[in-house]
Amino acid sequence: MGKNHPNVDPYVVSRVRALESLLLEKGILASDAVDRVIQRYEADTGPMVGARAVARAWADPVYKRLLLEDSRSALAQFGLDYGMLVVVENTPAVHNLVVCTLCSCYPWPVLGLPPTWYKMPAYRSRAVNEPRAVLREFGLGIPPEREVRVWDSSAEMRYMVLPERPAGTEHMGEAELVPLIGRDALIGVAQVPTPAGAR
Amino acid sequence: MDGVHDLGGMQGFGRVEREDKEPVFHAPWEAEVLAMMRAGAGRGLYNIDEFRHAIERMRPADYLAATYYEKWLDGITRLFVEKGVVTEAEMQARTAFFATRPDAAATAALTGPLPGRVPFNAGWAQDVVRETGAPPRFAPGDPVITRNMHPRGHTRLPRYARGKRGVIHRLHGVHVFPDSNAHGLGEQPQPLYGVRFEARELWGEDAAPNQWVHIDLWESYLEPGR
Repeated sequence: MGKNHPNVDPYVVSRVRALESLLLEKGILASDAVDRVIQRYEADTGPMVGARAVARAWADPVYKRLLLEDSRSALAQFGLDYGMLVVVENTPAVHNLVVCTLCSCYPWPVLGLPPTWYKMPAYRSRAVNEPRAVLREFGLGIPPEREVRVWDSSAEMRYMVLPERPAGTEHMGEAELVPLIGRDALIGVAQVPTPAGAR
Repeated sequence: MDGVHDLGGMQGFGRVEREDKEPVFHAPWEAEVLAMMRAGAGRGLYNIDEFRHAIERMRPADYLAATYYEKWLDGITRLFVEKGVVTEAEMQARTAFFATRPDAAATAALTGPLPGRVPFNAGWAQDVVRETGAPPRFAPGDPVITRNMHPRGHTRLPRYARGKRGVIHRLHGVHVFPDSNAHGLGEQPQPLYGVRFEARELWGEDAAPNQWVHIDLWESYLEPGR
């Protein structure tokens, strides 16, 4: 339920342009603000800082401890000044999942803009109540003996999952690991797959 | 407020629908809404809690049917009107203008030259921690029970977690209190805690075992448990 497809309602677009023209006129919106937003989120995304931090944590146990205990210092290594992140570690005993039931809070500085499904009622309502069923829909079966830990982002703290390092990547370095690490694994709805051709 | 935005545990929304190769923005107007939201916040016209509460006040049926950026448009328009930046009459006139010019850029409706440099504070959203020195009432490991409360205004204690027993997991420091900050009542900073709840406490005996929910909660939401 709820629309998750491109909106083409002409009334909405007219309202957007109306407000935009008024805010330009009144000196609230800078004339280049829209271009800067598009540039920042479409063109400058590059490899997510979150994926780079996870790859470094896999490659370096000292960095991993820093990321889990003092994420601000850990993220500073990638030129990011962000003090609100809590990194939660997946282990054979615990699987973590991140949601925001009250709105759509998401760690933008490390993961970019959230996917639409993260912001829609189906995910927000069900993740806290039936996380195993939601994860099954994402193709992830969590056995009963493995604890599922859901993080409902109700304040300004933001959550990112440190996924398990997949088998067959032991020989790989940090730079090779980064492209394996997708956004969904950092939300907790996917595992990082063993790369094709790995042992 | 006990609004439709408070979705945790509601049923009937179906499967989580994913979109293959989802673009960052589905249409230019989505980026325009994001830029306008940031502009108003960056100018200090509203804080993050006022913004969230503005979205919560969307008509419930509209909220459930809206896309993400439609909710944002509804919320920021409400705030810009309430703050006296624009009037609903101006909005209606300009909307009529663009309704007959669907491909026109926003600048097509300008009545004069644009103002000069527009100030902007980019750090507004993260700035919520206040080192007040207030001693925390609870420590990690303490049992707590959440208050059963139904305020008319903004709150960040989800409905599904009211009157529930949990355990303090960690202290996040002293944070601006959204319930006051959303209503012009000041920051009233309080200790913020990560609190751990067992699924069976939240959802009853039928809930799956070995399942927990962690929620970040302000001190005044909590009473000592046993």
